[in-house]
Amino acid sequence: MAPAPEHCPGTESEQAGKADACQGCPNQQICATAPKGPDPDLPQIKERLSSIKHKILVLSGKGGVGKSTFSSQLSFALAEMNRQVGLLDIDICGPSIPKITGVEGESLHESNLGWEPVYSPAYDNLAIMSIGFLLKDPDEAVIWRGPKKNGLIKQFLRDVYWDQLDFLVVDTPPGTSDEHLSITQYLKAGGIDGAVVVTTPQEVALLDVRKEINFCKKVGIPVLGVVENMAGFVCPNCRGETRIFAPTTGGAAKMCQEMNVPLLGSIPLDPLIARSCDEGKSYLQQAPQSPTTQALKAVFEKIVAAVEKTQI
Amino acid sequence: MSIGFLLDSKDSAVVWRGPRKTAIIKQFVEDVAWGELDYLVIDTPPGTSDEHITVCESLAKYNPDGAVIVTTPQNVSIADVRKEITFCKKIGLPILGVVENMSGFVCPHCAECTNIFSTGGGEAMAKELDIPFIGRIPIDPLIGSACEAGKSFIEANKASSSLDALRNFAANYPQPSHATLESSTDKMSE
Repeated sequence: MAPAPEHCPGTESEQAGKADACQGCPNQQICATAPKGPDPDLPQIKERLSSIKHKILVLSGKGGVGKSTFSSQLSFALAEMNRQVGLLDIDICGPSIPKITGVEGESLHESNLGWEPVYSPAYDNLAIMSIGFLLKDPDEAVIWRGPKKNGLIKQFLRDVYWDQLDFLVVDTPPGTSDEHLSITQYLKAGGIDGAVVVTTPQEVALLDVRKEINFCKKVGIPVLGVVENMAGFVCPNCRGETRIFAPTTGGAAKMCQEMNVPLLGSIPLDPLIARSCDEGKSYLQQAPQSPTTQALKAVFEKIVAAVEKTQI
Repeated sequence: MSIGFLLDSKDSAVVWRGPRKTAIIKQFVEDVAWGELDYLVIDTPPGTSDEHITVCESLAKYNPDGAVIVTTPQNVSIADVRKEITFCKKIGLPILGVVENMSGFVCPHCAECTNIFSTGGGEAMAKELDIPFIGRIPIDPLIGSACEAGKSFIEANKASSSLDALRNFAANYPQPSHATLESSTDKMSE
């Protein structure tokens, strides 16, 4: 296996790709040919981000745990709380946000202010941006390697006219790769309030989520907390409870204790969530009294309090 | 083979951009001493990016049989999976079939089936795109338990029908040409 060179000069350095230590590193060619010196787009990105009060990343090590569901429901809830919200979808290969937020099929418009985000039909204080708006055919596969994905993420931050926002929620694909490094790199200038890490209770998910939390620690993103999704199911017929994804190693609670990060809450399964997402509606509005809604609302309130530094 | 075996700690984050992931995948394809294999099954992350492009390009000269596409039933998943299918077609990878996972949950207390993640979406998509439908797999907590314990679900739950779709797929899969008739019959009756 090719590890990072022991004396890697750093990808931003003048020596990147050219130092003796770079020989044999798979990144060598890219580092050697990439432009050096300060990124000319950074001032514009900083300018765009300066009108955004709080930035939250929604992360997970694992796929299929409900990141996009969580990001969109959080955004709906924030909009319901009369905040100005932006929801940025940086899952380039699998952009689910337009469908989940009811704006599938919309296209990108440009104005003299930049790329106009698409506004939710239900909330005019919720602005959404996704590669989904750039694709002509919804079945079109975005077969891009890392550098091209990074380029688009940069464009999203440089060119989208968000105007004044209280919150920018960033939905990410699973993992700790190009998209995560890029968004961290670009948002850091303006400060990231923190990351919400989504998991499901079983060890197979937690294994990946621990890596994600370690990634946050490594790159200096505060972890606002962990949300344990799909934590149990109550049968609508008999009210019997089943732990479908059993927390064989203590679930998110134990992991949070071990890693010293807050557990924001455990959210039970509800078939209506999948349906609301498929229909592009706010689940909280569709099922205002459900235990899942109560659990989600409690998590959202904790996030807002932590970020706006108020008491619940 | 997995990068998991190469990490110092199982909690270490692999914070790699595309080119390094590409390099290790090429090594996995070219440098692992598998010996004689009847089947090589490759698990991939979600998406259509570096890992997928690299593994397909690296495997191309070895004539991969094709891809099994896994989805959950709801539209949000189907929307992404349609892109994956487009990817396979574009890159010339045959599609062996679609599996609709987490399709319905039968309550162990009262046997009522709840379609937690909807149902039927995978089958409908397969029909629409003229791709074989391998079958549905219900949500069965025992599948998760088997994974947690690192065991074969079918081995540990011989009487269960939850993974019948996969069992049938494996049983009916064309046998590799170098297998003897006797040994393949033994395997099918296990």
